[in-house]
Amino acid sequence: MRYAVPLGIFVLLLGLLWAGLGMNPREIPSPLLGRPAPAFRLPALAGQGAQVAPADMLGKVWVLNVWASWCSACRSEHQVLVDLAKRSQVLLLGLNYKDQPADAGEWLAQFGNPYAAVALDADGRAGIDWGVYGVPESFVVDQRGVVRRKFTGPLTAETVSGELLPLLEKLRAEGG
Amino acid sequence: MIPELGHFSLILALVMAALLGGVPLYGSFHGQSRLVALAKPAALAMWAYTFTAYACLTYAFVTDDFSVRYVVETSSAQLPLFYKVTGVWGAHEGSLLLWVMALASWSVAVSVFGGGVPTQVLARVLSVMGLIGAGFLLFILLTSNPFERVPMQPEGRDLNPLLQDFGLAVHPPMLYMGYVGFSVAFAFAIAAMLGGRLDAAWVRWARPWTNVAWVFLTMGIAGGSWWAYYELGWGGWWFWDPVENASLMPWLLGTALLHSLAVSEKRGLFKAWTVLLAIGAFSFSLLGTFLVRSGVLTSVHAFASDPGRGVFILLFLATVVGSSLLLFGIRAPRLATTGSFSLLSRETGLFANNLILLVMAFAVLLGTLFPLLSDALALGKISVGPPYFNTVMTPLMAALAVAMGAGLALRWRQDQARRLARVLGLPLAVALLTAVLAPWAFGAGLPGLAVLGLAMAGWIAFGSIAWAVRLRKAPWRWSGANWGALLGHLGLAVTLTGVTLVSVYSQAADVRLEPGQSHTLAGYAFTLQGVEQTQGDNYQAYRGTMQVTRGQDRIAVLHPEKRVYNVESMPTTEAGIDPGLFRDLFVALGEPLGEQGGWSVRIQYKPFVRWLWLGGLLMALGGAAGALDKRYRRLRQTGDVVPPSAALAQGA
Repeated sequence: MRYAVPLGIFVLLLGLLWAGLGMNPREIPSPLLGRPAPAFRLPALAGQGAQVAPADMLGKVWVLNVWASWCSACRSEHQVLVDLAKRSQVLLLGLNYKDQPADAGEWLAQFGNPYAAVALDADGRAGIDWGVYGVPESFVVDQRGVVRRKFTGPLTAETVSGELLPLLEKLRAEGG
Repeated sequence: MIPELGHFSLILALVMAALLGGVPLYGSFHGQSRLVALAKPAALAMWAYTFTAYACLTYAFVTDDFSVRYVVETSSAQLPLFYKVTGVWGAHEGSLLLWVMALASWSVAVSVFGGGVPTQVLARVLSVMGLIGAGFLLFILLTSNPFERVPMQPEGRDLNPLLQDFGLAVHPPMLYMGYVGFSVAFAFAIAAMLGGRLDAAWVRWARPWTNVAWVFLTMGIAGGSWWAYYELGWGGWWFWDPVENASLMPWLLGTALLHSLAVSEKRGLFKAWTVLLAIGAFSFSLLGTFLVRSGVLTSVHAFASDPGRGVFILLFLATVVGSSLLLFGIRAPRLATTGSFSLLSRETGLFANNLILLVMAFAVLLGTLFPLLSDALALGKISVGPPYFNTVMTPLMAALAVAMGAGLALRWRQDQARRLARVLGLPLAVALLTAVLAPWAFGAGLPGLAVLGLAMAGWIAFGSIAWAVRLRKAPWRWSGANWGALLGHLGLAVTLTGVTLVSVYSQAADVRLEPGQSHTLAGYAFTLQGVEQTQGDNYQAYRGTMQVTRGQDRIAVLHPEKRVYNVESMPTTEAGIDPGLFRDLFVALGEPLGEQGGWSVRIQYKPFVRWLWLGGLLMALGGAAGALDKRYRRLRQTGDVVPPSAALAQGA
């Protein structure tokens, strides 16, 4: 009987690993969910003294996308964002995280600009307030300025059509 | 055309692997010697087709074939040729191909050098390896085809800059040869169980193979640690990261297996246990592959996992390990242990060694899987980091050291406490004295950790030397096994010394320096002379010049770099290191600060850090010496195999 013990232990381990496959390592609960979006007022990439602040967005449903020109995962996500901006009325704000404005501008010139505005978070302060783990990440904010959903990692065409767009629809219907 | 040839070759390799896995095995049970004789040519064919596929992929890399998705994702036209060749295993698909390549090479090696093994057993061994190869080839073809075409791209996305480095280029093949090498011991154990004859013979055949696999794994781990040290840029050498743990677990079990094989061969004891360890070491290699490749444990920063792959590997793992453990459950009860030994004997020492190594492996497994476990139990996703591992591993290591210091001097069957005290009294005294005195050389009191670590290292080293002196033979008359034991144990003592001193006495400073300014650390003055922009093959860099002086002596001029690779635009840090046997000086550039050309700079003084890897090298040498022991060569030349009855008599 004792010779079957290793098999028993292994079966338990398999069960755990099987359960692990069903879980999503990207789903990291954000303490921000259900809380007001952290405030910032940052210079806009567009320049000319323009500024970007979440406070100005009250009354609108919008998405904050954290990205950087040095981030290779952002490049795969970028096409999805450009498509998204083209075919739907999504208000997309970029938070350019720990990046050089020149690089960021060049990137957008080359790959297209899906953002209504891009805030420059050169030292990553706003990123800390928003609890950014890594780039890219996206946050959905509702009309009352409350963070409702966080996506860690690049948005894909599936998550956009399956989760993001329905959520935005629902939030718009909620009203202020 | 060439990529299609590679793809086709891979399919043929799968056919050959399936043939190898099925036909000779069937033949061996039905006494059909013609089917059994297919094993060797089939193994060779599996290797040849895998090699062809591998060569085709390399060709696609070298010729910048950007119509192959894998090449687009892991290479670029600007990449230097050397990294195009090594970039083949720079990502998932290619590294799996390398895995199969390693397996096929081991199979061929077994069929060539397995001369003394009876044809029937050899055929079963090769069949088992063929089955494993078939599983992996199927995995590659179904989920991770490296030859998949895409519309021609103008340029590739370049190899991850962290991987563009010599240390990384050589360490994955080493690791894979080690991982996969444990499949040989595994295959021998399975073949022995299938045949129902678990005598000392399989142990003797499997032993040198296990040694060689262990040597590769040891070098691979040491090389990986060395790479992390100078390339990741902050001077750490071990991070308890899941990928590292995935290589450490098979190493721990492989080490236990090496020692348990010794007991089984010499004394015929621990037979079932040895079989279980042979299954375990390879299972942990597979588990490591699963953990690394399935993405169940990846951090948020690794955005490249695919659950489909995870399911396949898990099913494969379940089939391979599950069926072997089932076979073990059925066959092992026949393995009545016949010998006996007293409490004070080498057998007891080796049993302690096995137990501690096993507990270590499970402690690492628990720590690695903890995020998964806590998530499954709805406790949230909690990772346990280095604090857990250090707390758990330190006492286990201390216990292992106690056993190791005495281990070699212990006699088989029975030993006398008084004799042992006579042999080991002096080494113990010297070890304790060194442990107390050496910290004075570093000044600053007597830290407990330093004393503990040095006492452990000294006890292992001096205990082993005392044993070697008592062999009463000149060193050139020692057998390979003697050398293996001595070097292996000394190597661990050297590594342990390095770990202790670098952990306790390292000094580091994060400072802001402008050109001309200097900072003094551990008696060395570091002066930043300037930072200039330079251009590499496929990157741009800031290159600092840092002069190091000590009093009036000029020690070194270091050139830390901060590189930005053109295609990936990802910054990497190349540390400036002045290496030395007793200390490394380590400088890394941070960020530019301010208008006056100032930079944030991290300066580190790392005493005895080289000993970490020097010890690894010694251990590997020991393993190689053990594998080259004369008695294995004799076995091969004469085909002289201990008949089971004689082996039993020996073991009793």
